[in-house]
Amino acid sequence: MLLRTAWRRAAAAVRAAPGPRSEAPARGLRLRVVDNAPQSAVPSDTATAPEVESVLRPLYMDVQATTPLDPRVLDAMLPYLVNYYGNPHSRTHAYGWESEAAMERARQQVASLIGADPREIIFTSGATESNNIAIKELEAAIQPDTSLVSVMTVNNEIGVKQPIAEIGQICSSRRVYFHTDAAQAVGKIPLDVNDMKIDLMSISGHKIYGPKGVGAIYIRRRPRVRVEALQSGGGQERGMRSGTVPTPLVVGLGAACEVAQQEMEYDHKWISKLAERLTKKIMNSLPDVVMNGDPEHHYPGCINLSFAYVEGESLLMALKDVALSSGSACTSASLEPSYVLRAIGTDEDLAHSSIRFGIGRFTTEEEVDYTVEKCIHHVKRLREMSPLWEMVQDGIDLKSIKWTQH
Amino acid sequence: MAAAGAGRLRRAASALLLRSPRVPARELSAPARLYHKKVVDHYENPRNVGSLDKTSKNVGTGLVGAPACGDVMKLQIQVDEQGKIVDARFKTFGCGSAIASSSLATEWVKGKTVEEALTIKNTDIAKELCLPPVKLHCSMLAEDAIKAALADYKLKQEPKKGEAEKK
Repeated sequence: MLLRTAWRRAAAAVRAAPGPRSEAPARGLRLRVVDNAPQSAVPSDTATAPEVESVLRPLYMDVQATTPLDPRVLDAMLPYLVNYYGNPHSRTHAYGWESEAAMERARQQVASLIGADPREIIFTSGATESNNIAIKELEAAIQPDTSLVSVMTVNNEIGVKQPIAEIGQICSSRRVYFHTDAAQAVGKIPLDVNDMKIDLMSISGHKIYGPKGVGAIYIRRRPRVRVEALQSGGGQERGMRSGTVPTPLVVGLGAACEVAQQEMEYDHKWISKLAERLTKKIMNSLPDVVMNGDPEHHYPGCINLSFAYVEGESLLMALKDVALSSGSACTSASLEPSYVLRAIGTDEDLAHSSIRFGIGRFTTEEEVDYTVEKCIHHVKRLREMSPLWEMVQDGIDLKSIKWTQH
Repeated sequence: MAAAGAGRLRRAASALLLRSPRVPARELSAPARLYHKKVVDHYENPRNVGSLDKTSKNVGTGLVGAPACGDVMKLQIQVDEQGKIVDARFKTFGCGSAIASSSLATEWVKGKTVEEALTIKNTDIAKELCLPPVKLHCSMLAEDAIKAALADYKLKQEPKKGEAEKK
């Protein structure tokens, strides 16, 4: 309640403020009323009225990197951050009991999203920790010929969906453990650990509109999959992950999973519609645009396009009021282009030209239209500045040129 | 008692929500990897983007880099009879820093003689644009582009001299 009034106040302040209006869609969540007075963590009764300055922030089109909290998730978490602050492992008082009840409710919510039993869900700090636990299991395996297959369910760079059910079938028939990192897939496409014969699955909270710093690992009980704990301590989470379970965070994860289960079909339709709008508009307005990744086995919310003859990072700089990501080398610390694009056989110059558009639950049509319009405008502009485009217009075959190596 | 507590809670919550973190407001609206505003300026207000007639004997063209590396710069200079660079144009396939480096290079060569232009160093370009260490190679490529254009111009002048001697 408090949050919504705060947002409304912020939005009203910005609307009232004079100043140039850009044509960027102004949504309540993206506005920020900034207080320039000196900061203090302890609010003082004598604080002066804030000097407010309204700042418009970029549109967010990078949901593969992280997602905003769904307001319903925050509503579920707040009581556990403020009032019900007990340690869920405290056995002796009501604070512990109510916290434990919340933790188990969250566990059930996560389990029901993937068709698992709650006893098979272990809370971790995120999908990375889950991956580490799953892979470490390989070292703990007893039989010499036991091995592990680990595949991403949905790729975070190009959105390709792997044939999980088929891989699961093969692994189960060969008695090989099957782990999948489902961080980008959970809550977005239907997953069932039993239908797909998955033995281990990594889940990430902040990829599904839940809080950051929490995740889960699904570990099959029948037939039992044994894992070795990464961190030892008080034996929480069946000894597989010691450490106090952070109740507010897991409540958030549980709520995010429940919301995802309810909204999955609608989200998928909405995201597919926006994705088609984006790709169609761009492809129809610009020549020489390539979509990376299999178009059929593809999660619609992750669109990776290569704009030939334009370098990815320059396009990101040009699109400064949209938050996007690129597979270009310039944006990685190592100056190497995306290994994913290289693996699917993309030409190196196209790998440098790729941009990833992320569409999520809260993306609006206006945001997509604005992004598309700016993208088309700046690609055209950058092509005018590109010597490669000029050469191609003159009919030169770029592959025939001997470039200077650097 | 409860009301006072609720009031304090409300103020604490609004302090958390409405007040900005320690980072001043201006930096929040800029991308975190920080394109220096000078770099962005070269893209938003382009100068010297374009092409000169590469068949002309007074025009030197330098083409450096490779698409596979994500960096290609084409820099052209027009030199008058006195050996002074009167015009320069560039086109670049590369990141914002590469575009800015080559753009700045064209600005700096204008008005210099061919010998003076050879003294332009990548470190000067990097300093002017405040390039971070990971982008220094962009300024190096710009220096290479200048040198390549000058070399091409010199090459175009020589056969003429050779022919004159033969005759």
